Amino acid sequence: MEKTGKAGGHVTYLESEQAAVLMMLQTEALTRRFGRLTAVDALTLSVKAGEVFGLLGPNGAGKSTVIKMLTTLLPPTAGTARVAGYDIVRQAAQVRRVIGYVPQLLSADGALTGYENLLVFARLYELPRRERDQRIHEALAFMNLDDVADRLVGTYSGGMIRRLEIAQATLHQPQMLFLDEPTVGLDPLAREVVWDHLEQLRAEMGTTILLTTHYMDEAERLCTRVAIMHLGKVAALGTPTELKASIGGEEVTLDDVFVHYAGGTLESGGNYRETARTRRTVRRLG
Amino acid sequence: MKLQEHGAPSGGLASPASSPWRRPSLTRVVLFVEKTLAIADVEVRKLRHDPTELLTRAVQPALWLLIFGEVFTRIRAIPTGGLPYLDFMAPGILAQSVLFIAIFSGIAIIWERDLGIVHKFLASPTPRTALVLGKALAAGVRGLSQAIIIYLLALVLGVRLSWNPLALLGVLVFVLLGAACFSTFSLIIACLVKTRERFMGIGQVLTMPLFFASNAIYPIAIMPTWLQAIAQANPLTYEVDGLRALMLGSGMSPGGLTLDFAVLLAVTAVLVVIGGWLYPRVAV
Repeated sequence: MEKTGKAGGHVTYLESEQAAVLMMLQTEALTRRFGRLTAVDALTLSVKAGEVFGLLGPNGAGKSTVIKMLTTLLPPTAGTARVAGYDIVRQAAQVRRVIGYVPQLLSADGALTGYENLLVFARLYELPRRERDQRIHEALAFMNLDDVADRLVGTYSGGMIRRLEIAQATLHQPQMLFLDEPTVGLDPLAREVVWDHLEQLRAEMGTTILLTTHYMDEAERLCTRVAIMHLGKVAALGTPTELKASIGGEEVTLDDVFVHYAGGTLESGGNYRETARTRRTVRRLG
Repeated sequence: MKLQEHGAPSGGLASPASSPWRRPSLTRVVLFVEKTLAIADVEVRKLRHDPTELLTRAVQPALWLLIFGEVFTRIRAIPTGGLPYLDFMAPGILAQSVLFIAIFSGIAIIWERDLGIVHKFLASPTPRTALVLGKALAAGVRGLSQAIIIYLLALVLGVRLSWNPLALLGVLVFVLLGAACFSTFSLIIACLVKTRERFMGIGQVLTMPLFFASNAIYPIAIMPTWLQAIAQANPLTYEVDGLRALMLGSGMSPGGLTLDFAVLLAVTAVLVVIGGWLYPRVAV
């Protein structure tokens, strides 16, 4: 970092590169509009390597749109973002190599076995043929799924499916993992197991995680820092402790923080299609 | 140099050697083929787990051959160039079942979109055209299962099929190519309409005209001129023409096998490129 900075506050090329590397994720005025609706409004965020960062907010706050942009599924309308130093638009192919993604919707294939669900991604992520089987079984074992590896995923429970999806998304040891509502529709016990596995993943692999959630207990349990999103903008940002302190009081819960920063919008709960999707996911996972 | 610690491709922009676009082109081709096969493999494994679809799909061509074929072969109403009508129509029915099995394959994309499977594939380092081509190849495998069933039926019904190994190989190629062509067409429609209801509607509207405005069950020559023009522009006509020449070994193909093959290949190539371009929209 001793590289010379030019006058006028402009960082040099090398310096900006290094900054981008220290920051696993950096967004600058990231914006996405759908027609007249601004789903994500000039979002500027950075996430350090090794963090578990939570995007909180009511349905329709723009959380999923942020994830879709960062995973290269949706081009931003304006602004930029870098994941592991790669630009999400100009270097989308490189971004895809270093990220893992667990969509909000059910994404494991019920008509395949657990092993087969991983095999296809082992091939798509170019795992060397010799290592494939071993890595697949390691990933399954890590998620406690090795003994059901050859069963059709259609027969799995909701919690098992989520763990399988996380195994799929981490098989190639991504530097950054995106989880969109990782425990939606799971019963309390299954959520606990998923949380344990995510913590273990972070501890053992050092994977940087960005997750969206609207469960405050989940954010409090997993996240080193959270951003509360409201109408496409960050309404509050900090560690769960800082956020609770920011609205004062000893008895404050993260729920209170959430209501404080994102409250008053009871009618923002997504549209018909979103609701249908979430309900369907819940039904299939439940 | 924090970067190495995370096992990143060393240096991001600073080291262009790590960029996939700078790799030797042969490696890229091999990876493209490997990923296409991985996608196709998924579909084939699903069929192995549950082959019911292949069996239920066999009912329709069986009815066409057993009922329509058996009746029309008796009344000799259709000029077939001296062939028994059943012989004439057998390749047409194979082409038809390839069309039917392929044209509705796009609904799987909508299904996978509603789940979230598509999103995960699109966020992986897989070229979009490999995703499309993999699905096309899988449709080809389904088509081949239909070919086996129709060959068995045709044998039972006494159709004089050519057993020349080269001709059989040609049938295999035409079935794969035809299925790839129509399944990619179906994928494009799925990418555009995005809902099952609209897709099924459009699928129903398209299949019958594609089938009847072709030479599948009667020669183009007996059609009115306007219909002839449509039939000439219909890729199914070239699929039928190629299959008829190869399966019957009687050189019925006026345009020649090469033309049939070239038309199907060109149409498929164009559709795959369009499909690869539209595919990412499914996730939006």
